Amino acid sequence: MSRMYRLIRIAVLSALALAVVPVAPLGAGATDDEATVLHVLNRVAYGPRPGDIARVKAMGVTAYIEAQLAPETIDDSRVDEALLRFPTLTMTTAELSAKYYRPLDQAQRAARAAAAKADPAMAAGTPPDPKNQTPEERMLRQGAQSVLQNLAQARLVRAVNSERQLNEVLVDFWFNHFNVYAQKGAVNEYLNEYERDAIRPYVLGHFRDMLGAVAHSPAMLFYLDNFQSVDPNMSAREQDQRLKQQQQRLNNPRARITPQQREEQMARLEQAKKNMPKGINENYARELMELHTLGVDGGYTQNDVQEMARVFTGWTIDQPRGGGRFTFKPEWHDPNTKTILGQTITGHSGVDGMREGERALGILARSPKTAHHIAYQLSQRFVSDTPPATLVDRAADVFVKTDGNLREVMRTILESPEFFSVEAYNAQIKTPLDFVVSAARATGATLVNAGPMVQALRNNFGMPLYGCQPPTGYKTTADAWVNTGALLNRMNFGLSLVSSQPRATGATIRTLAPDTSEATRTRLIAETLAGRISPSTAETLAQAQSAPQLIALLLGSPEFQKR
Amino acid sequence: MNRRVFLKNGSLALVSLGFAPHFIGKTVLAARARQKVLVTIFQRGAVDGLNMIVPFGEEWYYKVRPSIGVARPGQTAGAVDLDGFFGINPAMSPLADLFHRRDLAVVHACGSPDPTRSHFDAQDYMESGTPGVKSTDDGWLNRYLHAREHADATPFRAVSLTQQLPRSLQGTAPALAIAQVGQFGLRGGRQTDMMQTGFESQYAAAAGELLGTSPGLGRTGKEAFDAVKMLKDVNAAQYTPANGATYPRSAFGDAMRQIAQLIKSGLGLEVAFAELGGWDTHVQQGNGTGQLANRLGDFAQSLNAFYTDMGDGMSDVVVVTMSEFGRAVTENGNRGTDHGHGNAMMIMGGGVKGGKVYGKWPGLAPERRYENRDLAVTTDFREVFSELVKKHLDATDTSTIFPGFTSTGALGILG
Repeated sequence: MSRMYRLIRIAVLSALALAVVPVAPLGAGATDDEATVLHVLNRVAYGPRPGDIARVKAMGVTAYIEAQLAPETIDDSRVDEALLRFPTLTMTTAELSAKYYRPLDQAQRAARAAAAKADPAMAAGTPPDPKNQTPEERMLRQGAQSVLQNLAQARLVRAVNSERQLNEVLVDFWFNHFNVYAQKGAVNEYLNEYERDAIRPYVLGHFRDMLGAVAHSPAMLFYLDNFQSVDPNMSAREQDQRLKQQQQRLNNPRARITPQQREEQMARLEQAKKNMPKGINENYARELMELHTLGVDGGYTQNDVQEMARVFTGWTIDQPRGGGRFTFKPEWHDPNTKTILGQTITGHSGVDGMREGERALGILARSPKTAHHIAYQLSQRFVSDTPPATLVDRAADVFVKTDGNLREVMRTILESPEFFSVEAYNAQIKTPLDFVVSAARATGATLVNAGPMVQALRNNFGMPLYGCQPPTGYKTTADAWVNTGALLNRMNFGLSLVSSQPRATGATIRTLAPDTSEATRTRLIAETLAGRISPSTAETLAQAQSAPQLIALLLGSPEFQKR
Repeated sequence: MNRRVFLKNGSLALVSLGFAPHFIGKTVLAARARQKVLVTIFQRGAVDGLNMIVPFGEEWYYKVRPSIGVARPGQTAGAVDLDGFFGINPAMSPLADLFHRRDLAVVHACGSPDPTRSHFDAQDYMESGTPGVKSTDDGWLNRYLHAREHADATPFRAVSLTQQLPRSLQGTAPALAIAQVGQFGLRGGRQTDMMQTGFESQYAAAAGELLGTSPGLGRTGKEAFDAVKMLKDVNAAQYTPANGATYPRSAFGDAMRQIAQLIKSGLGLEVAFAELGGWDTHVQQGNGTGQLANRLGDFAQSLNAFYTDMGDGMSDVVVVTMSEFGRAVTENGNRGTDHGHGNAMMIMGGGVKGGKVYGKWPGLAPERRYENRDLAVTTDFREVFSELVKKHLDATDTSTIFPGFTSTGALGILG
């Protein structure tokens, strides 16, 4: 980089009103000055921990980015060890179902039956009062809740402490891209597996693979209702017949079930008959094109949505409310030929019908519209709320040329001049998730109990993990997150972080700020903000009367809200 | 200090030593008796307008909704008759009384000229107030605030009872997002004053900066502290609704209760926003009872409690409800409904010429539907909004609020 350019750059930086104290030395490597290192850590990672800026500066930002692009080469054993505290993480859906969800169902059914016996009028239709839970029921419920709690805590432990920072940033990005909502029906039972098996393995892999894994996931099939989308022409007689067979089986005197169980299962069959799906559901087909692939301006029509829904008829879940797995039901599939986006998809009956969906996913994954949509969103997350068209086009081009190789797309974005342009530095506002994670990282804490952070995201920031109801996922741009209430909550979070967990962060805070002297302040500002702080903020820090105050004032400052 | 104590006393901790902003003396508890207030409610996720305001006089309605159609008035779980052709979902029966008292009006077959069936786009268009134009960077309510800037505006002029500022209030005019009025403020225990002074000066300095996006962090911080200071005079945690009004114990009921509280506190509230989701009923939506009816029950009870609580004050208040689009006329394969087009809006308040379902009814016969499947739109939602800002809030010119749109003024819901 020319000296002239660097001079201009520094002049611009200063002119943009964040008076630089102290001014970055000119002698630093062209792209390795502290401001650049901080920028890289703010975007590629969840912000710097104490010492990170010096460490990355020493290795060089390009080497750091390259290493982050190859997370499999980075040792993360410390975090792997910490994750052992969450034993449900590695369990399969079937295991979780057997251990937590089905016993809970049973206990609840039994409790309802008992209540109905005691007072039939009251029990009809009213949900069981949690206050009347038996101890056993309560234990089972807590067990079931711990699955999601573990998942959320593990996500934060990784975000704060993992060395594979880009990987964690991308897990958040892609989960949000393929958002599902924990509170919808049985989705919560499938979340653990969804994040672990459909998202994590592919964030630096091929887009088509992730798209396929998501399309096959019970979580998405349930969330966007495709599991009950069926060929409208499937004969009602066929459905009736299957039901009759099941009823006959139950009525067989040799069936080894008690009369009560028989009655229960018969009632369930009757209910199932009433609820039997009778036609297509467009929900998944629409979001697949609008959100997952082509984008809302991707040129598809309402007719494409309906045709796409027909393509995916029969993609369902074996026992959707029983911790089941993906299955293709040929008898639910519409075997007629479809046309999507002007391409003919020859209809198949029998098990071959599933190939139509795979073909459709291939068409979508290879569409230049998809490449552009994904390139835009990634550029928006990593570079600018309004990403430069030149960058988006180049990244889209790489997406097309590499058949959706996300590692190459990321490399293009993170090593682009647009990423390293001064206009991009500190130009974004942290989302609440970025903020709480970066605050924890700034204190240098080893996160032991992420519970309070999970709660803060849910109760104070309106950004609960796994709690975004619409399929769009959370916005990542500033307009969504800069407002008065949210800002006060950030300041309050900083205050609670330094005051509420003396055991967790007390030692760290003493190391971080043994006192409030000028030397301590200068080091702290250098390690969290690369020294870039306004005179006014510097002055308020100088007035702090204790180390916790000092840190809270730093974490709540305007400078720390940016990335 | 024990953190639990200061959390419990959160509202008491809203103590401030900072200078008093000039408007406090002028406005708080001062006579702002005739302040007009517009309350906007967004039903996010596309409520099924045909099961909310039921065209029971339409034979096609029952033909294409065999399992989810709301029964005719007089039948079990049947609609409550409004005008002999339309009825209201029985879960919303309190609102039928308001309708017959002429304090509630409905606009049916209302919506956007844009064809999108994307939640995201349609919400965006309804809130930007510019259907079909994505580049609009502010919301229609924010543009209203600009169009009618006045000297004694307080930080509470526009308040959203949400954690994030909705798109309709985003823009360069100040607007507050307050999820919980009683918890709004810095919670630093005994250090609160010291910390607040520190943060205030940080954000005051940042308010001058040009860097970053709109709205700037600095300005937002300044607005926050101004609001905190005003709120300290209001005992936000303590509030007893008037006239025996009981709000449902739900997030939406809570939001409506707080809007009533803010209006009565005389803080200068002019535009309020609240929202509620859970309307995207693709599966098992039910009819006069069931999933959708339960949501509608909470919705209607909250609105009714607000109406009761406001009492005579309602004469200066108009509440309008909206949702991004309606749902398909025909039920889908899962006894639910897929995304559609036209929908129903409700307008409630003292100045409303209620007791009438406004708008031209296009009918539900297949050839009368939009794209042969959805309720057609015969009233642009901006007609309704325009009337609200012109006749209720007294804006004379709506051309900057709804660029490129000229209202026909034909509805006549207000005065």
